[in-house]
Amino acid sequence: MTGAGQEAVIDCRNLWKIFGRRADEAMKAVQKQGLGKIEVRDQFDCVVGVQDATFTVGRGEIFCIMGLSGSGKSTLIRHVNRLIEPTSGQLFIEGQDVNQLSARQLREVRAEKIGMVFQNMALMPHRTVLENVSFSQEVRGHSLRERRENALRAIDAVDLNGWDQKYPDELSGGMQQRVGLARAIAADPSILLMDEPFSALDPLIRRQLQDKFMSLSAEMKKTTLFITHDLDEAIRIGHRIAIMKDGALVQVGTPEDIVTNPADDYVADFVAGISKLELISAGKIMEPVAVFEKREGPVDLSTWPEAHPDHSLDDLVNLSIATQHPVVVKANGHPIGIVTKNALLRGIKGEVDVMNTAAE
Amino acid sequence: MAETQFSILDPFSSVDLGLAQSADGVKQWAIDNRGVIQPIKNFFNDMIVGIDTALNAVPPMIMLLIMVLIAWQAGGRRVAILVAVCMFALGFLSPNAWGLAMTTLAIVISAVILCFIIGLPLGILAGKNDRFEAGIRPVLDTMQTIPAFVYLVPVVMLIGIGNVSGVIVTIIFALPPLIRLTSLGIRGVNPSVVEAARAFGANPRQILFKVELPLATPTILAGVNQTIMLSLSMVVIASMISVKGLGNEVLRAMGRLDAGKALVGGLGIVILAVVLDRITQGMGQSGRERGHRHWWQGGPVGAVLRLAGKN
Ligand SMILES: Nc1ncnc2c1ncn2[C@@H]1O[C@H](COP(=O)(O)OP(=O)(O)OP(=O)(O)O)[C@@H](O)[C@H]1O
Ligand SMILES: [Mg+2]
Repeated sequence: MTGAGQEAVIDCRNLWKIFGRRADEAMKAVQKQGLGKIEVRDQFDCVVGVQDATFTVGRGEIFCIMGLSGSGKSTLIRHVNRLIEPTSGQLFIEGQDVNQLSARQLREVRAEKIGMVFQNMALMPHRTVLENVSFSQEVRGHSLRERRENALRAIDAVDLNGWDQKYPDELSGGMQQRVGLARAIAADPSILLMDEPFSALDPLIRRQLQDKFMSLSAEMKKTTLFITHDLDEAIRIGHRIAIMKDGALVQVGTPEDIVTNPADDYVADFVAGISKLELISAGKIMEPVAVFEKREGPVDLSTWPEAHPDHSLDDLVNLSIATQHPVVVKANGHPIGIVTKNALLRGIKGEVDVMNTAAE
Repeated sequence: MAETQFSILDPFSSVDLGLAQSADGVKQWAIDNRGVIQPIKNFFNDMIVGIDTALNAVPPMIMLLIMVLIAWQAGGRRVAILVAVCMFALGFLSPNAWGLAMTTLAIVISAVILCFIIGLPLGILAGKNDRFEAGIRPVLDTMQTIPAFVYLVPVVMLIGIGNVSGVIVTIIFALPPLIRLTSLGIRGVNPSVVEAARAFGANPRQILFKVELPLATPTILAGVNQTIMLSLSMVVIASMISVKGLGNEVLRAMGRLDAGKALVGGLGIVILAVVLDRITQGMGQSGRERGHRHWWQGGPVGAVLRLAGKN
């Protein structure tokens, strides 16, 4: 399941978290009898936070976890730096089982390998922006000059130059959120954990910060676990998306997979309102030239608009507006497929099984 | 016990468990352990006497100036003016009022320092540990409600009359609010900020000193303020076990029905209370409320720093 076949930086295996005093009992009952969330609540007075989560995140990948409020996203992400101990299951970071680390090793991993942005920001109100941002280096005992340099670099990266001596309550919400981001990247960790970092912001600022984050992430090659309850955001920034429901991961896949191939009704409901224009590529909806010619007879492709298989539906729409003809898809200069107007319209509706219907 | 008939309707008067007698045993124990108690007593006595001598050695006008500067730093100009007026009034109450007030101040300072040393760790513990909090709460209730005369006697039996007993009696009465408010302050720290500190690799000690205590400081200082006020309210009772100072004036005035002397002592205590209250309340205020962020940015220190910065 690892994205693009890279090494797994975060490797989560059959992770369960049950909250409550009788969690261990409940866990045994779940494993033996396969109790559901509601039975566990009624019989053991426990809350199932995470159910059997298994996923991996590859180096440099942005992995989005997406789900409604209360679906267990924050609970799941807190296992990665062991702010929460799992009831059962394992979690590896670069091959190390975090739940086997000693307290000292764990603090070292938290300070140097992992940066976290919190849903509620959680800045320290009694410290300046600079002191907040350099906190993880301060607790590691780095020299004042070194941590100041790194912190200023991080503050610079989130465009907060000149605000370093201010206190969090002197900043707007969006600026505070950027301080949170700067704090997470200051120690140059290889892993970022982002818990709904942009949810509380207005759409314009949110988009700016998303862009900022994506360019930072690509530049610094961070492995990111990104939580959101906004599918548009997940699609925009995620390389892969996991959809979470009642603590379980119901589907893991690329944005295109999720949108075109929802695993169940829950996911289908989620993606129903999503625009497919940017998500589906020409390669997904074209039919082979041979199939087209068999149906329509030989055609002269030279006057038709041309597209690349990676072009999005949006590009195809722009090409098609100017002409009556279908679009030819060419790879390396050779025509490999045709996108008819009907196929394009079906693609916009999210139906990508054109080739099958055409073959019938 | 043999002569009183046991009656089911009134079992209490006929049964004697010997509680009062066993408490008397304290005296024998104290006599037997004099060797242990005496050096500890001497240490604390030296501390109190040291502070007393120091405060009385400073000429009153210099002392007044120092207090006004402290008040200015802690609470701003208005507090400084109030403190100046109060201290002048105190000095003019009677020719010996200033010296008595300094002696009382020494007792209060000693008691508050010891309260702080004992109360802060206990308060932190109570803030972090629910069981400890549950266990210490009835003890604190007892300390605050039990009449002072009840523990006055055993304390005197153990340690004898004098300053040390006076301070101990004062501590028993004045300590509880500091512990309670420290615990409250620690519990009131936003848990998500503590979680963030954990997530960035802080160890428990760093979390305590870099996050929890700084954020709990206003509440803890409110506790210190309460402790100071309660210490002052104990000075008359403490003077019964031969503690000198303003309280002693009141006590002697009562004995002689001397209203004038009582007024001097009483007013002196009230003025001292007002002064100490305003100064500690000023410390508890956050810098934001006063328009600047750090304590060294305002008051006389700020003025000096600004001057130094200009040159
Ligand atoms: N410390 C806890 N004790 C008991 N139950 C908890 C605890 N933390 C979380 N839960 C429960 O776990 C479930 C998942 O909570 P979680 O905070 O992970 O949701 P979320 O997906 O992050 O939601 P949101 O989008 O609102 O942040 C909830 O039902 C919640 O009640
Ligand atoms: Mg959450």
